[in-house]
Amino acid sequence: MNIGALFKSFINRNGWGLGSYILIAVGFWLIILIILPQLSMLDFSFRHHLPPPEMGGPKDTYTLEHYKYLALGAKGASQSYNVVDLGVFVRTLVAAFFVTILDLLLCYPLAYYLGQASGSGYTRILVLFLIIPYWVNEILRAFAFRIIFGDSGVINELLLVMGLINNPVDFIRDNVALYSGLGYAYILLMIFPMYNVIESLDRNQIEAARDMGAQWWRIHWRIVIPYAKPGISSGCTMVFMLTAGALAAPQILGGPSSLWFTQIIYQWFNQGGNWPRGAAYAIVLLSVCIIIVLSIMRLFKVKMGDIGK
Amino acid sequence: MSEGVGVCLQDVWIRFGDFVAVREANVEIEGGAFFSFLGPSGCGKTTILRSISGFLDPSQGKILIGGNDMAGIGPNKRPTALIFQNLALFPLMKVWENIAFSLEVKGEGTVARRKRADELLDMVALTGQGNKLPSELSGGQKQRVAIARALCAEPDVLLLDEPLSALDLKLRQHMRTELREIQQRVGITFIYITHDQSEALTMSDQVAVMKSGVIDQIADGQTIYDDPSTPFVASFVGESNIFRGKVKSIDGDKALITTNRSGDLLSRIPASVKGKLGVGDDAMIFIRPEALNVTKDTPVANNHVKALVLNEEFEGQIFNVFLEGDGGKQMKMSLVNQGRARESEKGSSLTLEYATDQAVALPAGELASE
Repeated sequence: MNIGALFKSFINRNGWGLGSYILIAVGFWLIILIILPQLSMLDFSFRHHLPPPEMGGPKDTYTLEHYKYLALGAKGASQSYNVVDLGVFVRTLVAAFFVTILDLLLCYPLAYYLGQASGSGYTRILVLFLIIPYWVNEILRAFAFRIIFGDSGVINELLLVMGLINNPVDFIRDNVALYSGLGYAYILLMIFPMYNVIESLDRNQIEAARDMGAQWWRIHWRIVIPYAKPGISSGCTMVFMLTAGALAAPQILGGPSSLWFTQIIYQWFNQGGNWPRGAAYAIVLLSVCIIIVLSIMRLFKVKMGDIGK
Repeated sequence: MSEGVGVCLQDVWIRFGDFVAVREANVEIEGGAFFSFLGPSGCGKTTILRSISGFLDPSQGKILIGGNDMAGIGPNKRPTALIFQNLALFPLMKVWENIAFSLEVKGEGTVARRKRADELLDMVALTGQGNKLPSELSGGQKQRVAIARALCAEPDVLLLDEPLSALDLKLRQHMRTELREIQQRVGITFIYITHDQSEALTMSDQVAVMKSGVIDQIADGQTIYDDPSTPFVASFVGESNIFRGKVKSIDGDKALITTNRSGDLLSRIPASVKGKLGVGDDAMIFIRPEALNVTKDTPVANNHVKALVLNEEFEGQIFNVFLEGDGGKQMKMSLVNQGRARESEKGSSLTLEYATDQAVALPAGELASE
């Protein structure tokens, strides 16, 4: 079927009013808000960092210098690679990966409980308890974490009173606050996709497995987890991507010595005013995240369509 | 037969809060028997099945399997296997993995599991289908996979929760025969739950008819049909023309009953209610549509009713004739199609007779609602 016929059948199905609204809204969103800005960022990342008068002039040519900078560092530097930026980059990805795993381990039992106990009044209250804290905005939440984990915060006070420690632990410097904050930030995005899938799992399957003598862990391993795989992968993908791209939590909760890769990007854009370099860094982050997600999906045999579930 | 493991329910009550789902159930199921619980939805039959399989503990009373008290023993430790109403096959496992799941649980190796699964696939006539996914099978095939999966655990008792209800009529009838055959081949006890009386009657050695948590009667199919012990059983299993009235006199197992609209009718008191029906009691007479016959002779006293033909329905092997008796009483008569000219012209007035043996008199009681 060609585009024209496709268009016609779409309009026939939805009528002119709704049909054209959907086409315009989706088209605007997709093209103006997503594709064009990203393309212009991509374009930016290949240009020299020039003062405004020289833009579009003879010096404004395409270059790989920003990508080279991320990999190799400044010309004439003492090291042959950009150890600092690459180090932050790798650390960010590894940390995001572990935050994702942590969230998965924390959320799976909850999602299973919610999904299988569904329908009772309990569930609705539990879900409310999960959602309402998210009315508090991100900055406020991050600062609250800073207070909780501070030298004289609740946790340190508690540990001191119980006599478990003699001096306050510096949770901020040790990045405990950062990882907790990041882990907490996207927990809902992990729970809900899993909860949705597990809720539709036929209870009889679990009972059938139990009837055949299956131990609880085998029921999860063989029945629930394979069934929940689309939800698990959808949740993990979102948490990983958002954690790797988080800015507020690292900014507020990160220790003095730790830097999140997004902070470097932010610095290039704002403090450095070097948009092309910031764009190049951001593009690298995005591409590597996509590659990681796709390869993990492949490893666990998750189809792209499953993510939408 | 009767080498299998029997199941015994002793004074079992099951309550959910204030609601009594099962009331004083006493059932003795012989080892190797095909036993059915028959009743309308919500009568507690599934609850009984779940309590036998161990998913539910009775609030009171004992469940014995093979003479052992099952109190405190979980479903995974009982010698039972349950086939669910929706089969509950594992959709992401291949057919053979589904079948051999109980062996996987026991830690058997892949080769042994596959071998056993293939044997069972042969038994349920699904040879070579082991590598498919359940979704690639037809309804009847899934049914057989569920049976094979349950049998793989080598249970002493197989519990079946309306497993045929999702199939179409032809397949259901076919699977009935097949289930019965499988049961006779493996020789274990089958406990079958259904709301479909013909399923219960065709397959079972014994049937328990249930109504709102109470077991009304336990007997073989023919006894249930011919000698129901309560008005509920009589009206739930098969159809009946029902006459209400009062007992006028009793002579042995014969009762003469003055009906409200059709005069005095003679009927038989089945053994199960002997002594429970006295002169002057409210009674009901149940006469099956096929027990009525048209007569042209001068009828025997008290064994006939007069009725007007309202309508006729041709069903193939039988004609159903709908009639109106004295006082507007609706009646139904079934005549075997013998290719003869019909005697029941619409609007004609007929005299219908019946054999006293085929009219059952019971103490008045609750009927099954349609």
